[in-house]
Amino acid sequence: MLEIRNICKTFNAGTINEKVALSNVSITLNDGDFCTVIGGNGAGKSTIMNAVAGVWPIDSGMILVDGTDVSGLSEYQRAPFFGRVFQDPRTGTAGDMQIDENLALAARRGQRRTLRWGVTRKEQEKYKEYLKTLDLGLEDRLTAKVGLLSGGQRQALTLIMATMKKPKVLLLDEHTAALDPKTASKVLAATDRIVEENRLTTLMVTHNMRDAIQHGNRLIMMNEGKVALDISGEAKKKLTVEDLLHKFEEVTGGSFANDRMLLS
Amino acid sequence: MAAYFSSLNPIALWNAAPGGIAQGLIWGIMALGVYTTFRVLNFADMTVDGSFSLGGAVAVMLMLNGFNPSIVLFASLGAGLLAGLITGILHTKLGIPDILAGILTQISLYSINLNIMGKANQAVPINSVRVFFTSNIRYLGQTLALTLVVDVIIVSIIYWFLGTELGSSIRATGINPDMSRAQGIDTNKMKILALMLGNGLVALSGGILSEYQGFADVKMGQGSIVIGLAAVIIGEVLAEALVGKRLNFVMRLSFTIIGAIIYYMVYVFVLWLKFPADDMKLLTAIVVAAFLAVPYLKEKRVNSFSGLQKRNARLQAESLNNDKEAE
Ligand SMILES: Nc1ncnc2c1ncn2[C@@H]1O[C@H](COP(=O)(O)OP(=O)(O)O)[C@@H](O)[C@H]1O
Ligand SMILES: [Mg+2]
Repeated sequence: MLEIRNICKTFNAGTINEKVALSNVSITLNDGDFCTVIGGNGAGKSTIMNAVAGVWPIDSGMILVDGTDVSGLSEYQRAPFFGRVFQDPRTGTAGDMQIDENLALAARRGQRRTLRWGVTRKEQEKYKEYLKTLDLGLEDRLTAKVGLLSGGQRQALTLIMATMKKPKVLLLDEHTAALDPKTASKVLAATDRIVEENRLTTLMVTHNMRDAIQHGNRLIMMNEGKVALDISGEAKKKLTVEDLLHKFEEVTGGSFANDRMLLS
Repeated sequence: MAAYFSSLNPIALWNAAPGGIAQGLIWGIMALGVYTTFRVLNFADMTVDGSFSLGGAVAVMLMLNGFNPSIVLFASLGAGLLAGLITGILHTKLGIPDILAGILTQISLYSINLNIMGKANQAVPINSVRVFFTSNIRYLGQTLALTLVVDVIIVSIIYWFLGTELGSSIRATGINPDMSRAQGIDTNKMKILALMLGNGLVALSGGILSEYQGFADVKMGQGSIVIGLAAVIIGEVLAEALVGKRLNFVMRLSFTIIGAIIYYMVYVFVLWLKFPADDMKLLTAIVVAAFLAVPYLKEKRVNSFSGLQKRNARLQAESLNNDKEAE
């Protein structure tokens, strides 16, 4: 269970660039919740993800994982609780290392890094099995450098890395936004399957309203650093793109036309 | 001109060659240290100029105090680890940018080395100790064999260490610190470890060199970062050319040492041509600048505004010509 309690974050406080990115945001995800997050450009979606992951300390508030406050832990210390996939396919992997080396790094998340060999034969076999489930042919390229892979392959690999240790919460920040539509839907399908199989609690940011509606059991709309809309259960199932557009115009008080939120 | 050429003695060059190789093998260890920080950690570490002299100073002073010449090298290594630790703390705990953190340690090591030695240089007490790495022509064969063995051992250790879980985490930190933290790696700790390892090797190399040349000097490390980079780069260019795609990590490390040997052979050759020794650093800097610039310029040639402008101007001129011919 993830509880975000009244968190606030202001960037560059006290300067002319001061920006209140999150003001008193509270979100509670129950075990197994799959929550999609939408909102305009600069609404604070990535900031929420970064706050939870601990990229920087929040100004105030608490972040609890299964009842334990993790907001005082640094990014690497709380990494064992979270699996993350980023918008830029290059961010989630080490391009100059092999596929199996990347997976081995992820397999040791939350463990002490010892002087044992970095990748064992046995785990290579295991990784082949994981990669087969992606159906991208990566299982035959275990020792290829990740930098040689396409964006979609890298995101799929990052997804495996984020989930192989069964995180308490999976954080996906527009992880298909940089991919072409066909690849994006493949990666989304893999996401659905992995989340389902492992019953992962998931927070997924997307700029695609249709994806936000079709995936998950809950939907949050952010606006100006606040939660503007929180829909779950039957209401979420009945939601249409038109409903969302309407709501979006309502909360932003304007038209969506010049915004990045797309219908595609 | 003729007088100059007749003054060059091929036998002298032949006699100087083994010494050049020995120096290359010794500096190769320092180049492996630079490789660790510069290539693996992606950190331009300026500490090395100071830690190289530190290794020499510690070795010679301990020998003057009656310590065994092989034990003192472990002390050099340890002193280098400490130097790296300082730079690492300045950078990670105190937020000082990488280059500046290294320069600060380097500058303070200048004073520290002077304090260790009591003056600018100290000679190895050759009457009371028999060093293992000697430039004495009678034992040069032994020195060559010994340095080669040391180099092989060090390459093996680095290869093993960077292949371990800990070493993989260091490599990942150098390649993608964001991803590393997301995978639970303490990137600050990894940076400190790599800086320690790198400077430990550099100081060890300084210790061995002081035995080889028979003294330590507070300035012996000056410009060594550039020599280390030269070795790394010469090695890489050579490895690309000879091995290409099949280049693996052991070969990368080995070619760094080969780069150092080539550097010293060129050094010996240029000295033999009666090039003033004081100008060697200028020459080295030019070589390193040239090699670092080559990949950039290559990319520029394919990918530049001015190039595009020229190509398009040519195309327009051609189509204009074609139009005229058509008329
Ligand atoms: N590290 C940062 N430093 C300064 N400002 C930031 C930083 N991260 C985000 N912001 C600002 O906070 C606001 C919210 O950003 P973000 O959460 O990235 O938006 P989005 O909803 O599009 O992901 C934006 O105005 C952005 O410019
Ligand atoms: Mg964003």
